[in-house]
Amino acid sequence: MIEPAPREFIPTAASLRLCVRRMRVPGPTGATVEVSLRVPSDVQCVEEVVDLLIRHCCTGAWSSRRFRFNLRVSVAEALANAIVAGNGEDRTKYVLVRAELLADAIRIHVTDQGPGFDPSTIAEPLDPEDLERANGRGLYLIRRLVDDVHFNPQGNSICMTLRRR
Amino acid sequence: MGFTATKHPGGVYTVKVEGQLIVGNRQELKSAIQEALDHSERKFLIDFTRTGYIDSSGLGALVSISKKVREQGGELRLCGLNEDLRSLFELTKLDTLFTITELPEQALAGF
Repeated sequence: MIEPAPREFIPTAASLRLCVRRMRVPGPTGATVEVSLRVPSDVQCVEEVVDLLIRHCCTGAWSSRRFRFNLRVSVAEALANAIVAGNGEDRTKYVLVRAELLADAIRIHVTDQGPGFDPSTIAEPLDPEDLERANGRGLYLIRRLVDDVHFNPQGNSICMTLRRR
Repeated sequence: MGFTATKHPGGVYTVKVEGQLIVGNRQELKSAIQEALDHSERKFLIDFTRTGYIDSSGLGALVSISKKVREQGGELRLCGLNEDLRSLFELTKLDTLFTITELPEQALAGF
């Protein structure tokens, strides 16, 4: 669980704090680097968080251009869903973003403080009548851009895995 | 990150998306197009030559803009999508909803 922020403090993008753990021996999940961020429920933070993750997780020749693009879009989607649909843009709530850098993949966890939802109820927005819809494409895009997607039982935490290519 | 609007001699109102088109700035683009519509502009080109990535909110904003422009008897075209950006339109089948050209000149010539 993420602890709620004190009510008198209204967080902004400028208050982002990144925590990076580098392990000499891979941890239980095989991660050698773990990056975590507590993100305010403000959609203006999304771009900055995506940039920070890319800067710390995709250095050098570790990943291809397409890998970085898919990671950017997927994290932006998951974060926007968490901030808007999960936390209802309540500035007293946070989203926790945690990235694990594995030998051949990156795994990103995005957890909000909302009640959660049932991802199996979200249909693919590809029917002709869905074309003119302004929303409903976020989870579909994530599923198409990453290699593996899981939710926790409550439905307020998504785990996305992208394999290195 | 931002938008740059120019009016071409042929009467095409062009908006360049510099950076990202995502949840944090999509409303700005919608407002810019709405303002132009209110000033009787009817031909629109959105140029993604200098765009990094687009999220589903950005795609949704383009769908809304397209609908509004058509309702006012206008036309919206998109150009400058690189391979990565184009894949988002193909995955969502939005490539069937928009007129998309590779270069701005191609879009301007056909208006």
